[in-house]
Amino acid sequence: MDNQMKQRYSDYVKQKQPKPALIKNLLWAFVVGGLICDVGQMIVNTAASFGYDREEAFAVGAVMMIFLGALLTGLGIYDQIGKRAGAGSIVPITGFANSIVSPAMEYKREGYVLGVAAKMFVLAGPVLVYGIAASVIIGFLYGIFS
Amino acid sequence: MVFFPEEEKIDLASNKVGRQTLRLDSRPAIIAAASIVGPKEGEGPLKEYYDVVLQDDYFGEKSWEKAESKILRETAKLAVRKAGLKPGDIDYMLGGDLLNQIISASFAARELKIPFFGLYGACSTMAESLALGSILIDGQYADYVVAVTSSHFSSAERQFRYPLEHGNQRPPTSQWTVTGSGAMIVAAQGKGPRITHVTPGRVIDLGIKDANNMGAAMAPATADTIVTHFRDTGFSQRDYDVIATGDLGKIGKDITQEIVFREGYDISAVYTDCGIEVYSDDQDVNSGGSGCGCSAVVTCGYFYSRMLRGEIKRMLLVATGALLSPVSTQQGETIPGIAHAVAIESTFKGE
Repeated sequence: MDNQMKQRYSDYVKQKQPKPALIKNLLWAFVVGGLICDVGQMIVNTAASFGYDREEAFAVGAVMMIFLGALLTGLGIYDQIGKRAGAGSIVPITGFANSIVSPAMEYKREGYVLGVAAKMFVLAGPVLVYGIAASVIIGFLYGIFS
Repeated sequence: MVFFPEEEKIDLASNKVGRQTLRLDSRPAIIAAASIVGPKEGEGPLKEYYDVVLQDDYFGEKSWEKAESKILRETAKLAVRKAGLKPGDIDYMLGGDLLNQIISASFAARELKIPFFGLYGACSTMAESLALGSILIDGQYADYVVAVTSSHFSSAERQFRYPLEHGNQRPPTSQWTVTGSGAMIVAAQGKGPRITHVTPGRVIDLGIKDANNMGAAMAPATADTIVTHFRDTGFSQRDYDVIATGDLGKIGKDITQEIVFREGYDISAVYTDCGIEVYSDDQDVNSGGSGCGCSAVVTCGYFYSRMLRGEIKRMLLVATGALLSPVSTQQGETIPGIAHAVAIESTFKGE
């Protein structure tokens, strides 16, 4: 009886909820995500034109994009972009930088050890843990099957 | 074995009406109210009703938490001053906020040195503190009490959601925590709108888990309190010029109105929600305002002024709270809601 009521209420609320503006959000994510990738590609191409080889050029690109993400976060611009672009600005490496720099800024008041350093990975931590774990597993599989 | 048969039970609670309402025969007066808000609220549609609009939401402090405590403290002081009193004249302070261990209120009480009851009712704290304060007055345990609460967008974000600079997207059901504080001085005697009834709410949970949809989580408790208040007292929407819920936002308000309607009361003509009043649509707040400060600043600023002017003769304040914590959300718990109702009557035309 109680569960039935909860189910009925949950269905009722779902039908009351405004839907997110799907098309608009998708477009924003597509355009902003694409632009971020374009910037990254431009940096890679520029690095390559300075004589870096392919792998080095990608490293330069990644470092520069992380810097840009961190800079825009510090200037208070990245959250404005993220508000509209959603996953478009969370998924690229700039979003990763944002997820580390934003808690670092936020928790500065609690000190550099227990604040900044401890809380820095509060959002990015899971990505690191499972990212590294997944890469180790893939590495093993690669070693076995190749 | 029955020692006390039913007919011998004496009902000593003579001021209790119906299931859970209290009737305050001495009708404690709200002799002063004060509100301080942040810059965003100061750009909202009610800006002229607030006592102070801050230019800087740090309020000259080093952290959001310190700023919030200072806002609460200054609001309480301002209310005391507006009542023509000194902090030492106030018998008790009742207050709370959203931060862990209600540090905004207790740290403010440390400075004010008024005997302090710390309350946690999430965003329902304005009505909870007002209700308990007026009961203290009615019971002749105090001459003056101050009921006060606060919230701060940035301290609430960091406790309940994400770091401010994190680039996340807010869903359309989400609400914006009000930066601000409201305080009321309740007195045994004096001029001002009077508190006639109090209906404390029950905690009700219909299984909403989405912390971004607190309006829907609180709506059943809100509707329950409103309907119970009507049944206990015999009042209905016809007895009120305004019924104002705390911070349900657009979706929660809609749902509450519908549930109350199904129980036989059409409150739509007099019903509003402080979370909708506090911001305008172009302020990018999605479903509306929230936080302890939401019902506090709208009631202490907007509604109190209108009651003093006689534009509102009777209002029912129904401040609403979502009793979740970051831990309970992470553990997959549903969100219990609560709502406390306080009936306030203006004394404008002929005491």
